[in-house]
Amino acid sequence: MTTATEQRSGRFGRYGGQYVPETLMGALDELVEAYEEAWADPEFHEELEYYWRHYAGRPTPLYLAERLSDLCETQVYLKREDLNHTGAHKLNNTLGQVLLARRMGKPRLVAETGAGQHGVATATVGALFGMETVVYMGVEDIRRQRLNCFRMELLGARIEPVESGKGTLKDATNEAIRDWMTNVENTHYLMGSVCGPHPYPTMVRDFQTVIGKEVREQCREQIGRLPDMLVACVGGGSNSMGLFYPFIEDDVKLVGVEGAGHGLHTGEHSAPLAVGSFGILHGSASQIMQDEDGQIINAHSVAAGLDYPGVGPEHAYLQESGRATYVSVTDEQALDAFEQLSQLEGIIPALEAAHALAWVIEQAGNFGEDEVMVINLSGRGDKDAAEVKSLL
Amino acid sequence: MNSIQQTFANSHQAGRGVLVVYVTAGDPSLEETVEIMTTVAEAGADIVELGIPYSDPLADGPTIQAASQRALEAGTTIQGVFDCATQIRQRISIPLVIMTCYNPILQFGPEAFAVEASNIGVDGVVASDLPPSEADEWCAVAAEHNIAAIFLVAPTTPQQRVARAVECTTGFVYAVARPGVTGARDQLPEDLKGSVARIRQVTDLPIAVGFGISTPQQVAAVCEIADGAIVGSAVINIIAEASDHEARLPQVSQFVSGLAAATRW
Ligand SMILES: Cc1ncc(COP(=O)(O)O)c(C=O)c1O
Repeated sequence: MTTATEQRSGRFGRYGGQYVPETLMGALDELVEAYEEAWADPEFHEELEYYWRHYAGRPTPLYLAERLSDLCETQVYLKREDLNHTGAHKLNNTLGQVLLARRMGKPRLVAETGAGQHGVATATVGALFGMETVVYMGVEDIRRQRLNCFRMELLGARIEPVESGKGTLKDATNEAIRDWMTNVENTHYLMGSVCGPHPYPTMVRDFQTVIGKEVREQCREQIGRLPDMLVACVGGGSNSMGLFYPFIEDDVKLVGVEGAGHGLHTGEHSAPLAVGSFGILHGSASQIMQDEDGQIINAHSVAAGLDYPGVGPEHAYLQESGRATYVSVTDEQALDAFEQLSQLEGIIPALEAAHALAWVIEQAGNFGEDEVMVINLSGRGDKDAAEVKSLL
Repeated sequence: MNSIQQTFANSHQAGRGVLVVYVTAGDPSLEETVEIMTTVAEAGADIVELGIPYSDPLADGPTIQAASQRALEAGTTIQGVFDCATQIRQRISIPLVIMTCYNPILQFGPEAFAVEASNIGVDGVVASDLPPSEADEWCAVAAEHNIAAIFLVAPTTPQQRVARAVECTTGFVYAVARPGVTGARDQLPEDLKGSVARIRQVTDLPIAVGFGISTPQQVAAVCEIADGAIVGSAVINIIAEASDHEARLPQVSQFVSGLAAATRW
């Protein structure tokens, strides 16, 4: 894989870098080295592909959603990451990182989680390889994603509730990083998105590119050409980066959808690319939600996995360079799309993925009838059923 | 030799280590921070470190996180901390260091931040999440405006990075006592002597040890193996737990005098 967007190690234009306390720098050096060595090693790829295929159930289907296509007056294909084992794209990355942790001889995993999907995917690989697993999760997210908490415990992970801030993904990430600092000798920090200090944005993207590579192959088989447009929701930005990256040098439109929460004008949203500014959060420079003193502003989204005031540095770069376009939809639009997909296609989407669907539905009529778009259905919505019921 | 290095040299001559005391600005209020810092200096601290409260301080444990949150809820801003530093500077003459995460510096503007600090008479700045490898711009503006750039070295820092850190440092080397976050601890790590020796191998700069140092006994032990001890969370606990304003200053004073007395070899 070329690194078209990476000018020097860990930098995407002015974004990226390694802004972490010195205690972690040794561990980052070690991780960069281990990752580069593994990524260049065919045996590592063989092992990873084995687990992707036989354990996770990849490749996931690319499905022509006919009734949704009719509604949107265009050709809509869904990349079915909801059918990946554990119900979201997150396992693609946790399988990659756990194999790396084993190569580095780290017996303990820590992770942050918002929607609980990354927590479940981490707990899953922790169980698979018999590793101690600790997942940090904000108290608000524990409330709205109960099912996933139970799943994590069932899988043998310990959940550490995080009370600070608003009790969501940002706060959980702080605590996971602090745990890593304290136990850095024996612990691998299994970050769940394309955020954080180098090498995480590059490494997590690379593990998630399995999505885009499959889409390329499936488009070739099913329609005999590349798609015209790719659409994915953007929390930290991993499912979207994984879909976009293999198409970065092609003539394919890339659209990322952020959470507009109650509306961008209300300040209660999770759309740093829409209305954020240049700053540092969780170890990298990117577009973030902050006040003029650089204090981080709490995000809001009905989708716990999007409820984050930052975004991966490579997205900030793709936005700045004009290669990708970023839009946003509100909680309400996402909730509508959640119901619509359920009723049109018999697929209950994760609330995060419902944001990508909602944008396409909103834009219905603005696409060519023969245009082919691929929406990343990043996860399934079982986890959200109880919360949506209480909101509808 | 800058004022920070001079302070270490003077203490050395007097046969004792340097006591550095950290306080979060704005907890409970900026007015009280001025009084607290004055008290800390009068009670025998050699260097004071004024913390800019931050919403997401990765290197801090629960004590300083809570202090930061209280300070932010009380409305503390960067400009407020600079005004507070101005008043502290009028009252005390020992070195004054600002401690912060890098994002507030970035938003203020690195150059503007260095200029403001310099005009006030701040002697140095520590940015706890800015490793030397990301600090080229900061080091350049700090040097231009005579602000000492202080970098951290951890027990987990690879030797090559230790060398880089001491090269960039112009005040003292901040030796992190143990992997992990700030916060009072009962015991010093066993391998502390080795960690300090590893830094000493590559520099003649003063070395002060922080993270978890909280009692006079620990300060005494640290001063035997390094040039100074940095105490933060333990002081913040006293500030936070004092029943009221009246009780706070005498309690801080008594605690800091106890620490200062322990710096003698
Ligand atoms: C199903 C699903 N989609 C999307 C996301 C957002 O993350 P990212 O933007 O990294 O794909 C999450 C995060 O928890 C998720 O669970």
